[in-house]
Amino acid sequence: MTAVRPTDVAVGTELPELVVRITRADLVRYAGASGDFNPIHWNERVATSVGLPGVIAHGMFTMALAARAVTGWTGDTAALVEYNVRFGRPVLVPDDDEGAELTVRGKVGALLEDGRARVDLVVTSDGEKVLSLARATVRLA
Amino acid sequence: MALDRELVGRSYPPSAVYEVGRAKIAEFATAVGADDPVHRDADAARAAGHPDVIAPPTFAIVVSLEAAFVVLDDPEVGLDYSRVVHGEQRFTHHRPIRAGDRLVATTTIDAARTVAGNDMLTTRVDLATEEGEAVCTATSMLVARA
Repeated sequence: MTAVRPTDVAVGTELPELVVRITRADLVRYAGASGDFNPIHWNERVATSVGLPGVIAHGMFTMALAARAVTGWTGDTAALVEYNVRFGRPVLVPDDDEGAELTVRGKVGALLEDGRARVDLVVTSDGEKVLSLARATVRLA
Repeated sequence: MALDRELVGRSYPPSAVYEVGRAKIAEFATAVGADDPVHRDADAARAAGHPDVIAPPTFAIVVSLEAAFVVLDDPEVGLDYSRVVHGEQRFTHHRPIRAGDRLVATTTIDAARTVAGNDMLTTRVDLATEEGEAVCTATSMLVARA
């Protein structure tokens, strides 16, 4: 993994775009790994019975996937020291082999003290923002 | 039911110890597609300056979500879990979670308010080692819709 150099980072620096596909199988795997077995993330019958249009991804799964845009850019997972999101709209995951597509774009929003930077993420699926706020603080040096 | 503002600051007894395993970290990393070798290969992790494999950034939820249930189970909070959605999530990492960590979670109610009939409850879960070393602070805002 190639690490970004602090000298290459300025306000407005863009992260490489990350595109991830999410299928029902991915949701089942995340449920098992995280321990979040809420059936709205794998059972169409339950999801629609509570008023959702269908099975939706775990918000925490979306948050985890979006983090990859940041860790892939810094090249150092441990450099991500602060990370917060506000969940906007759910990611609908259809029951087919294509699943849903998640696009993560990011840019440096501010340079902070102690060689840290704030990264602002825009996370969309089907053209809509799914996280109404997503910010990470990374240590660059 | 409006949330009682007196709840703010309420803290719950520390959780049982959660021992972080290498296999659990690898399983979680696979599930979220985190392919950095530091999640699976102890030598790669050591080369990057860590004593053992480290967890991806949102792994703390595995421990903190369970811990936060102590709030939902509190009859004086009275949040209707069937109406609860996850509104916001924040992680502050004091250092990466790593295999071999024996973590204790302490949960505190940071904020409680009711806006337009929606109950909004913010819980803070402080994860520390048994020895008291701060590892991660996980803050969740839950919304019980009116």
